Amino acid sequence: MNISIGDIVIAFLALAVLGTVFAALLSVSYRFLAVKGDPKLELFMSILPGSNCGACGHAGCLGYAETLVKEGAEPTGCLAGGPIVAARLAEAMGVSVKAQEELVAFVACRAGRKIAKMKYDYVGVDNCQAASLLFGGDKCCDYGCIGLGSCVRVCPFDAITVTEEGLSVVDSAKCRACQKCVKACPRKLISMVPKNQTVLVACKNLDKGKRAKEVCSMACIACRICEKNCPEKAITVVNNLAVIDYAKCTRCGICVEKCPQESIILLPAGQTVAAQAA
Amino acid sequence: MMSNDLNIFLILLSAMLVNNILLIRFIALCSFFGISNSIKTSIGMGMAVIFVMVMATAVSWPVYHFVLVPLKLEYLRTAAFILTIATFVQLEEMFIRRMFPPLYRAMGIYLPLIVVNCAVLAAAFLCIDYRLDFAKSMVYTIGVSLGYFIAIVMFAAIREVVDYAPVPSLFKGHPIAFITASLMSLAFLGFKGLFGL
Repeated sequence: MNISIGDIVIAFLALAVLGTVFAALLSVSYRFLAVKGDPKLELFMSILPGSNCGACGHAGCLGYAETLVKEGAEPTGCLAGGPIVAARLAEAMGVSVKAQEELVAFVACRAGRKIAKMKYDYVGVDNCQAASLLFGGDKCCDYGCIGLGSCVRVCPFDAITVTEEGLSVVDSAKCRACQKCVKACPRKLISMVPKNQTVLVACKNLDKGKRAKEVCSMACIACRICEKNCPEKAITVVNNLAVIDYAKCTRCGICVEKCPQESIILLPAGQTVAAQAA
Repeated sequence: MMSNDLNIFLILLSAMLVNNILLIRFIALCSFFGISNSIKTSIGMGMAVIFVMVMATAVSWPVYHFVLVPLKLEYLRTAAFILTIATFVQLEEMFIRRMFPPLYRAMGIYLPLIVVNCAVLAAAFLCIDYRLDFAKSMVYTIGVSLGYFIAIVMFAAIREVVDYAPVPSLFKGHPIAFITASLMSLAFLGFKGLFGL
């Protein structure tokens, strides 16, 4: 096929004219049909984080902003934004906001590759779900962190990293409590804890004491020493695992000293969970 | 094979079931998987697709036959159609927003999503490829969009139930959705022998 310069010019002009006509049509009709967006809605949208994580239960940030405008929903709905966004939303809405407890994700396992006993060398699909299907993961402990980073991949805020030891750790400064990692972890290792909680049980092992001791030197063996020593009665052993009642806990750290397995840990105040683990 | 000789009813059925755009032609899978989490949103999306697809063919058919063909620029149809469809979807969005606010709230969020949805473009192209006249093009497009509606609503209904099923965690989410879609596609192959189309 012969292509002459004329053809190219015609093609160019045809599309240019078509585009110009359509553009003119759009801009003229915009003048007649334009609807002013709700200024309130736009204000709320500028406050919300805009990462559309869906933790508020609505279809993205716009969905939540619409309920705020229409139904005057609570300004505390944005989990990702936390109290900062809640305060700014409340200010924009002209209502007062009750202080809410800030939560942060915590991975309850501290037994990295050096500490944990391994069952076998896992070579396969690079995600925790796949690994946990294969004989319950490569660690002898059926409850420990697999460390292939399924939680890392779902985190919209880049708050989770996997350390060299093969443990997922949450950077509490970046964590916005959207709870996606909680759902992603096949081990159910990740839970939401109050941000100021410095005493934490870093284990989810539900095995009986002897078996727990066999699989991991840091596993909770349900010895009840922490339960007996806690002056506030804040710790109970439920189903072979120590559980701290965060409302009662005064962060005195006695349980941390007494724990023979070092499975209760004390984070220095102000230090992030990640910094402690690193 | 589609042609002008077929009667309207056959064109409609063939476009809707026999050559279902999602399950037989595998076009527009992005929205098929993206917006089929619940029946409610998939109905909204389906309605929006019906609306946009019919409008898109209604404007792109004249653009092709009255602008591109006389100028012998048929090869530019992809660019021209995207331009046309994008413009008119924007116009429609503005118009609906101004004139029918409730309708806009129901399907407004889906309209920008399908501005250059491949199914919309495909329907406009197929009408040209089959050399259908304007009236039959419209019928064909209605059939295609109804097919999209039926497929996505059925798919969403199945996915809603699958959500409660004990799916192995490896297959949870999109993998099981793909398997579901492939089984639906197999079922739709059963329409292949219908009317000898």
